[in-house]
Amino acid sequence: MATLTLDALRKTYPDGSEAVKGVSLDGADGEMVVLVGPSGCGKSTLLRMVAGLETITSGTLRIGERVVNTLEPADRDIAMVFQNYALYPHMSVYDNLAYGLRNRKTPRVEIERRVKTAAEMLEIQPFLTRKPRALSGGQRQRVAMGRALVREPSVFLFDEPLSNLDAKLRVQMRVEIRRLQRRLGTTALYVTHDQIEALTLADRLVVLNAGRIEQIGTPSEVYDRPATLFVAGFIGSPAMNILPVDWLAAHGALAHSLPPGADLVGIRPDALLLERPSEAALAIPATLELLEPAGGETHLYIGLDGRPDPVTLRVQGRPDLRDGAPLTLWVRPGDFHGFTAATGRRVA
Amino acid sequence: MVENRPWLTLLAHLVLIAGVAIVVFPVYVAFIASTRGPSEFLTGVIPLTPGDQMWANYAAMLGTGVSSAGAPPLGPMLWNSLVMALAITVGKIAISITSAFAVVYFRFPFRIGFFWLIFITLMLPVEVRIIPTFEVVASLGMLNSYAGLSIPLIASATATFLFRQVFMTIPEELAEAARIDGAGPLRFFRDILLPLSATNIAALFVILFIYGWNQYLWPLLITTDEAHYTVVMGIQRMATAADSEPIWNLVMAAVILAALPPILVILAMQSFFVKGLTETEK
Repeated sequence: MATLTLDALRKTYPDGSEAVKGVSLDGADGEMVVLVGPSGCGKSTLLRMVAGLETITSGTLRIGERVVNTLEPADRDIAMVFQNYALYPHMSVYDNLAYGLRNRKTPRVEIERRVKTAAEMLEIQPFLTRKPRALSGGQRQRVAMGRALVREPSVFLFDEPLSNLDAKLRVQMRVEIRRLQRRLGTTALYVTHDQIEALTLADRLVVLNAGRIEQIGTPSEVYDRPATLFVAGFIGSPAMNILPVDWLAAHGALAHSLPPGADLVGIRPDALLLERPSEAALAIPATLELLEPAGGETHLYIGLDGRPDPVTLRVQGRPDLRDGAPLTLWVRPGDFHGFTAATGRRVA
Repeated sequence: MVENRPWLTLLAHLVLIAGVAIVVFPVYVAFIASTRGPSEFLTGVIPLTPGDQMWANYAAMLGTGVSSAGAPPLGPMLWNSLVMALAITVGKIAISITSAFAVVYFRFPFRIGFFWLIFITLMLPVEVRIIPTFEVVASLGMLNSYAGLSIPLIASATATFLFRQVFMTIPEELAEAARIDGAGPLRFFRDILLPLSATNIAALFVILFIYGWNQYLWPLLITTDEAHYTVVMGIQRMATAADSEPIWNLVMAAVILAALPPILVILAMQSFFVKGLTETEK
C-alpha cells in the first residue's frame, strides 16, 4: 500500500522526440488512477516509466516516500499486467505465478500459500498444472493478474489488459479487476484507450493528449465538465457535438443564454431533445439525415442549415421518424459547454 | 491441400518410391559390397545379394585396420570423428547462442556493427580462409590435436543468425515481465531463453553434428599423425591407396560404419528436429 507521485515526468528519446512532456500526478493510497488517451498520446510510455521499463529523462517518481527513478523494475515494489499477458509459455501456471517469488528467495511455504490464495481469488486452481497455451484468453488474463497479485506489490500497473479479450469477457473482467483492486486496497495505475473502461474503472481519470495532461478528475467531473475541446471530443460516445456560437446566435439563440466569452459550444448527444422541455430551451430547425438503431437506444444524425457536418443525437427507444424528416431540436442553455477556439479551453 | 483422387495418390506414391529408390540404391550396394569377399567387386558384375563375409569385413575394419592401405583400425578414427563433431557442435551452439543473446538483448556501442561483422564471416567458409587458418593453427602448435581439429570450425555466423531470429520472435514483453519478476540477464537467459529455444538447439545439434562429422579437407590438412585421423579421411586414404587395388569390401564396411553415428543422432533427435524446424508458437 502506498501513494504514487509523479512530479514533472518527462521522456525524451535520443532522436529528440518527446513522448511525455512534463506530467504531474498524485495517486492516493488505494486509488485506481486511469490514464486514457488516443494511441500515441504517451500513456503507455508513462506507465512503462513508472514500471522502470523506460528511463525517466527528468522529473521525480515516488512510490510511497521512496524516490524510485533509477531503481530496477524488480526493486520498485510494483507488479504489471501486460496487454498480451506475457506469460512464460514453457512454464506451468503455478510456475508462472511462483517465478518472481522464487527469484526473490521467498520461502517455499510462503510461495505456496500466496499462489494458493491468488489462485482461489481468481478461480484458476484447476489450471495450476497446465501450460498457458492450454488456456483460453480469459484464463490467461486471470493468470497474468495472478502473477501480479502474488507479489503483493504497493502499486499495480495495468497496460491495456483487456484489449485482447472479446467484448463480453472484457466487461466481465473489468468488473472483476475493479472488485479485486477495491478488495485489496492496492493503488493502481491503469492505461486504456477505451473510454468506457476508463469511465467505469477510475477513481480518478487522467486524460492525456500528445504527452500532456488535458484533465484530471473523477469520471463524472471529466464527463460533466470537460476542461478542453479535446476532452469534450474524446470522452463520451457518441462524441460531443461542437457548434460555433455565431451559428447558434444566427439561429435564434439569445446572447445571454450562451456561455460568455465562448466562441464554440459543445452539446452532448443526449442533451439534444426532440420534444420541447418544460423549462426554457433553444429551438433549432433541422433535418434528419440518418437514423441508426443501436439496441435500446437510437442514434440520429441530423443535418443543420449551413453546417457541413451533421450533429448526433441520442434517444432512448426507437422514435417513429423517417430519413429526411424535418425536425425541431431543443437544447436547454444549462447543457451548453463553452470553449474558446484559440486555446481550446473551457470558459467558466 | 486435401484431395481424394485414387490415381493421383498412386502417382504421388510412385514418384516418391522412385525418389527413395534412387537415393537408397547406392547405399544398398555399399552394404552388399561390405558383406562380400575382396575380389567379387572387381569382376565387373555387381552382385545384389548379401554375401557371407560381413562379420569378417567389419571385424577386420574395427580390429586391425588395413595397414597396407594406410588405414589404421576404424575404432580410434570413429572416436576422433566423434570428439571433433561433438566439440564443433557444442562449441558452435554455445558461442552462437551467447553472441545472439548479446546482439538481441543488449544495447552496446557498435552493436549493429558487431552483428554485421559476424554476418560477413558467412561469406568466408573454411575452404576460403584455409591457408591463413592453417598458418594460425600451426603457429599456435595445435596441429595434430583435438583443439586444432575443432576450434577453427567453431566460429559460426549461421548459428548466430539462426538464434538471433529465434530470439526476435520471442515477445519483448516476456523479457520485461522477467525483469519485473526480478530475473537478471543471466537468469532470464537460463530460465526463459534456453527452454524456449530448446527445439531450435536440438535441430541445430543435428545439422552441426553432421557438418562436423563430415569435415574432410580441414582434418586432412592439419593431421599428420595416425592417432588423430578422422574416419572420413581414413576412408579416403583407403579408397585412393597408391600401389594397390582398392579393397572395396573393406572400404564399404568402413563407409557403413562411418554413416551410423549421424544416423543415430538423427533418430535420437528426430522429433525435436522436426519441431524445431516447423514450430512457430512462442
